[in-house]
Amino acid sequence: MNRALRPLLATTAIFLLAYIAAVLQYPSMLSTRVLGNFLTDNAFLGIAAVGMTFVILSGGIDLSVGAVIGFSTVLIATLIMWAGLHPLLAFAITLVISAAFGAVMGAAIHYLKVPSFIVTLAGMFLARGGASVLSPDSIGIKHDLYTNISRSYILLPGGGRLTVIAMIMLAVFVLGIILAHRTRFGSYVYALGGNETSAALMGVPVARTTILVYTLSSTLAGIAGIVFSLYTSAGYSLSALGVELDAIAAVVIGGTLLTGGYGFVAGTFIGVMLQGLVQTYIVFDGTLSSWWTKIVIGGLLFLFILLQRLVFSASSPRKKAFRKS
Amino acid sequence: MQSKAELWQAGNGGQDMADGETPVLEARGITKIFGQHRALDGVDFAVRPGEVHALLGENGAGKSTLIKILTGAYQPDGGEIVLEGAPIRFTDPLNAQGAGIGTVYQEVNLLPNRSVAENLFLGRQPTRFGLVQRKAIVTEATALMAAYGLDIDVRAELGSFSVAVQQIVAIARAVELSGKVLVLDEPTASLDRNEVEKLFEVVAKLKARGLGIIFITHFLDQVFALADRVTILRNGQLIGTRDLRELTATEVVRMMLGKDLAYGHSTLPVAEAAKGPVKVTFTGLGRAGRVAPFTLSLHEGEVVGVAGLLGSGRTEMARLMFGVDTADEGEIMVSGKPLKIRNPAQAVMAGFGFCPEDRKLDGIFGELSVRENIIIALQAKLGWFRALHRDEQDEIAGRYADDLDIRAASHDMPVKLLSGGNQQKVILARWLANDPTFLILDEPTRGIDVGAHAEIVRTINRLREEGLALLVISSELDEVVAYSNRVVVMRDRQMVAELHGADITPAVIVAAIADNTGSAEARI
Repeated sequence: MNRALRPLLATTAIFLLAYIAAVLQYPSMLSTRVLGNFLTDNAFLGIAAVGMTFVILSGGIDLSVGAVIGFSTVLIATLIMWAGLHPLLAFAITLVISAAFGAVMGAAIHYLKVPSFIVTLAGMFLARGGASVLSPDSIGIKHDLYTNISRSYILLPGGGRLTVIAMIMLAVFVLGIILAHRTRFGSYVYALGGNETSAALMGVPVARTTILVYTLSSTLAGIAGIVFSLYTSAGYSLSALGVELDAIAAVVIGGTLLTGGYGFVAGTFIGVMLQGLVQTYIVFDGTLSSWWTKIVIGGLLFLFILLQRLVFSASSPRKKAFRKS
Repeated sequence: MQSKAELWQAGNGGQDMADGETPVLEARGITKIFGQHRALDGVDFAVRPGEVHALLGENGAGKSTLIKILTGAYQPDGGEIVLEGAPIRFTDPLNAQGAGIGTVYQEVNLLPNRSVAENLFLGRQPTRFGLVQRKAIVTEATALMAAYGLDIDVRAELGSFSVAVQQIVAIARAVELSGKVLVLDEPTASLDRNEVEKLFEVVAKLKARGLGIIFITHFLDQVFALADRVTILRNGQLIGTRDLRELTATEVVRMMLGKDLAYGHSTLPVAEAAKGPVKVTFTGLGRAGRVAPFTLSLHEGEVVGVAGLLGSGRTEMARLMFGVDTADEGEIMVSGKPLKIRNPAQAVMAGFGFCPEDRKLDGIFGELSVRENIIIALQAKLGWFRALHRDEQDEIAGRYADDLDIRAASHDMPVKLLSGGNQQKVILARWLANDPTFLILDEPTRGIDVGAHAEIVRTINRLREEGLALLVISSELDEVVAYSNRVVVMRDRQMVAELHGADITPAVIVAAIADNTGSAEARI
């Protein structure tokens, strides 16, 4: 069996066990209502985490994600409420700007040979600072489109609601899975994460792939920003603080190796859902501080990093193709 | 892609094709200059279709520079490259790959984290509507691997297979992508005997298919087993291209080392000094895959020279003695007492010193001053809590700098500004300050100018007279002869001979390295 699958299976097993344990304690957690809320509440995180998965698979990191989400919400709010643009036009402008932002970071990482950590840290300050300059205060968004979208959903059997933003997230995951596993771009991303020198010698377009990876991540952060503004009906420069770290946690818990080259987009989905499960459990319990979410996520991260060490660095028995004659 | 069944039927037996055919790839008068240094000086090289052409030479001979020029990694400063009769310029390795020159390195340059199939097809996967056709790739890859004699699951990660399988996958990819010339750069260095055989079968088939194969290795027996012709380089000069059927191993070694057997006796006199009692004894010391167990005693006031080609296990032997690599068998006795050495710190405590082959990488701290470089091992031995006083440091550095005639404007000058010979003497001073009983010098004269050679040789002789036991590894046979009381010869990671007295001549050493007597059986 592919050893990269093992952390993913472990995550899936932990999610199922945790869910069963939670349901035994609070039987009402087993409902499409709760599941629907899982998806809605974590939609922006899930979308950003798909982008983060590609970045980490390629051997990099993107710390600007949360700031780009925050910047996007403010930009959308100012364009709709102050400039009077239609939300769809505001969305388009936001996506173009966030894509360009990612492309510039990717180009800096590749051509200036600066670690992605530093470049995206600078990107984080730029985006967060830019958002505060646009508007330090929260701007409420009132528009018919926002009202209509928040009222639209697919009713699930059992009374749960599959909202528009949940559907956007699911669509992003499906497209992300196809992109990672069924396209040449996907194979180039894994190649970069495996060994950049070899990848270049094998003809992988390293510059283009690096730039596209960060463009993808920032664009998805822009989409996450759109989703976040739909979710909160507001734009605020300090929204989505630290979401890049939640996204990294979801990616790693989902079985992607932090150093790149191994992992699955689908695993990130389970990583996001596991974080949602912990939050929901705390809401059901009612007595626990919401900071327990962070403690549980911290514990899980440690567990998975340990697990990956065991799986990837333990001397894997090499298959001998030739038997001694 | 051509059908796999035809793969091995093209061409008609390598040997007949190898004769008198126009070369598939030719280098004419290639010159490459790095700074002041001529790495290649007007070298001609040609590989014909359907031949395995070995490229031989010691470190610094220019082999890897030539290969890098042929594969597009470097641009030549003079001369031209001709591919199938037409002059061509390669801008980079990818460009050369596209033109037909595929390269397989010792370190497999593929992606261990991806499947065998993906490694074979990366960048040229068949797609439909932008989606990769995975089934088609697996089917094609399975057939391709079968043609190379491998029955493996091509969906498994490449990294889960042995290096030999990875090499064959790399060869398959190179041949599929390029298909005219295959460069094998030390492909067998990390393979065991069975794996080497398997690899050779693959190479023989590719030869029959009409590929021009350039084979670089340190193993002479493999050259004789596999290659049709050989080109030998030395110090950036072409020494010659010969048909291997007309050559003996001794002649090859002589061409590589540049030793004229006739003049061997007339060089410096063989050192004859009174030896003291046994200082260190290594009994059955060895490490699987690096050096076969060897036994060697060194006396006080004795220099033991170590001769052998690059990759013969010379340096590995020194590393085991000094605890850089841990021996998995054998014993060490120092002054009659058994001792365990598992790391260099323990070796330093036992009174050992080691001047490594690559000074810049392993020996000097370029940014630190001459004084700091000299006292560092002594300070490490004393422990960091008994810091040497500055006056003491100056006194020690001054004494050894005078002693060894280290020429530096000041002892506070960074060592990286010194010449190679003076850097070598700084490292020597470092160990001497430590009051060693046993000193290992790995290629002490490499990379320093010829004038400084004699000085290093004099220093070695003087240290011996002062009662040190020295082990000196060198490719410079004239020098080995000049200072050695005994010479041990390494071949294929084994100690194969120990020479005494009148036997210590370049001619005898070359013969021992080449192994005249048993070369036929030694071939694989």
